[in-house]
Amino acid sequence: MLKLEDVSVKYGSFTAVHNVNLEVSPGQIVVLLGANGAGKSTIFKTISGLNKASSGRIEFEGESLNKRSPDKIVQSGIVQCAEGRKLFPSMTVEENLKMGAYVHRKNKKGIKESMKHVFELFPILEEKQDDMAGSLSGGQQQMLAIGRALMAKPKLMLLDEPSIGLAPLIVEQMFEVIKTINREGTTILLAEQNANAALKIADKGYVFENGAVVLEGTSDELFANDEIKKAYIGA
Amino acid sequence: MAKIINKRFIIPVLILFAIVFPFVTQNDYFIHVMTLSFIWMIGVYGLNLLAGYTGYLSLAHAGFFAVGAYSLGLLTVKAQMNFWLAFVLALIITSVLGFLIGLIALRTKEHFFAIYTLCVGYILYLIIDKWDSLTEGVRGLIGIPAPGNIGPISFETPLSQYYLVLAILLVVILIIYRIVHSLTGRTYIAIRNSEDLAQTIGISTMKNKLEVFVLSTFFAGLSGALYASFIRFIGPDIGNIVITFDLLTYLLIGGIGTLSGPIVGTVLVVWISQQLQFLQDYRMLIFGPILTLLVIFYPRGIAGSIAGWNVKRAEKKIAKAQQDERFSQSPISAENQVKEG
Repeated sequence: MLKLEDVSVKYGSFTAVHNVNLEVSPGQIVVLLGANGAGKSTIFKTISGLNKASSGRIEFEGESLNKRSPDKIVQSGIVQCAEGRKLFPSMTVEENLKMGAYVHRKNKKGIKESMKHVFELFPILEEKQDDMAGSLSGGQQQMLAIGRALMAKPKLMLLDEPSIGLAPLIVEQMFEVIKTINREGTTILLAEQNANAALKIADKGYVFENGAVVLEGTSDELFANDEIKKAYIGA
Repeated sequence: MAKIINKRFIIPVLILFAIVFPFVTQNDYFIHVMTLSFIWMIGVYGLNLLAGYTGYLSLAHAGFFAVGAYSLGLLTVKAQMNFWLAFVLALIITSVLGFLIGLIALRTKEHFFAIYTLCVGYILYLIIDKWDSLTEGVRGLIGIPAPGNIGPISFETPLSQYYLVLAILLVVILIIYRIVHSLTGRTYIAIRNSEDLAQTIGISTMKNKLEVFVLSTFFAGLSGALYASFIRFIGPDIGNIVITFDLLTYLLIGGIGTLSGPIVGTVLVVWISQQLQFLQDYRMLIFGPILTLLVIFYPRGIAGSIAGWNVKRAEKKIAKAQQDERFSQSPISAENQVKEG
């Protein structure tokens, strides 16, 4: 479905990502593991078109994304849920969700259905639909960010650190929801530092260090790997 | 709820006040100043759409204002065109110019956008000032006709012009209101919030920015064309950067990014500066510090701050109601606390 071949990304003369090869098949949950600054977010931004790859090829459903603009990439079915719960704080929960459905803005009925679906996943958002997004708690903001991404009906959802800064109980709920979203047919590419929680739901993982993939494998393989255990799981 | 009733109440009152104002004052000079304020408001609304809602501070708006004014002036005085045809053409000319300049200017962001548009505004001013054979340069254009008759209605008297400008202003406010409360308006706000974020939800930022830039110059041009037909004489000075900063002052004092800000700011500043006319340029000694203090302590201007207080008060009310509720349920919550403890 999504394929990165030898992708490098440069910020000026600094190479943030070196020759990354990565593949996501339909229906999978794939996780990118790595510490801060390992290049996960850069990869995400490159897939969604905010950064341009300096070399290599990015392919989605057989078509190149290299020259496509961010809004066209969203239209083709890749939606990023950015790190740090970036919302529109001065808009209400409902307005935020409607903004998420921007690419489907002509389909009023479809938007209503998507919103119903999001409210089923996150009942708290329905309760707070008239509240300002800026007034929500951290966990609720993350839910809204995921909900907003869902409103675009993505084929592939990019989730950047959904667990960051959340209480352990909320993290567990969040991963449950991610699993549900995946089961309902959305392929998911996940960037995480919380390897334990992420590998539990993932099919496959890539480990990033200093902007390059140093290890890849199925989640069972990665779970069994001693290096991973030491570095990310702490067992 | 109280706030909604309040809003529903205050808008008709303001409109009614604007309608009866000329009869209340009976003073031609006051009517003149008020008409002029309405004309400025239209320009300020244009600037607000771009700088306030989309977050792109354009400093070229006096230039576009002057283009609108000179287009109307030249088409009526030199080309002897029918007034309303010239009026429509003036708006088209300004918008097309806005489109072309926007194409280049919007490749820049933030300070660079402000600096770029500052240069554009100054170049427009210089062209008008120096192109003697077309614009008459510093001599200015004299004898611009008043708005032509619409059917039996003529616009020769100050009073009829007052109502014409008021009517156009109300239409402008209605249009802006509709834009701001639609998905398009929220798209602009999304761009102001974060362009990257707007792009990741599928908004074509360039297309939207260009759209709002053209709209904004359209309103600047409209304001300029009305000015030309009202004052009936224009000189290059109306394109001067000073006018841009006047518009910006009205907007900042009233409240940038708010719907009522342009009205509040323009009326207030125009009237205060009329009242302080006797101080001549020393007026600026008063305005300068006030503006600086306002930007530091109330960056959202008068309308923005009042809206902020209202929200806070409503929040306090809700918080208090919740507290009362909790208090009445205190035996239960005490029990819960024991259980959880």
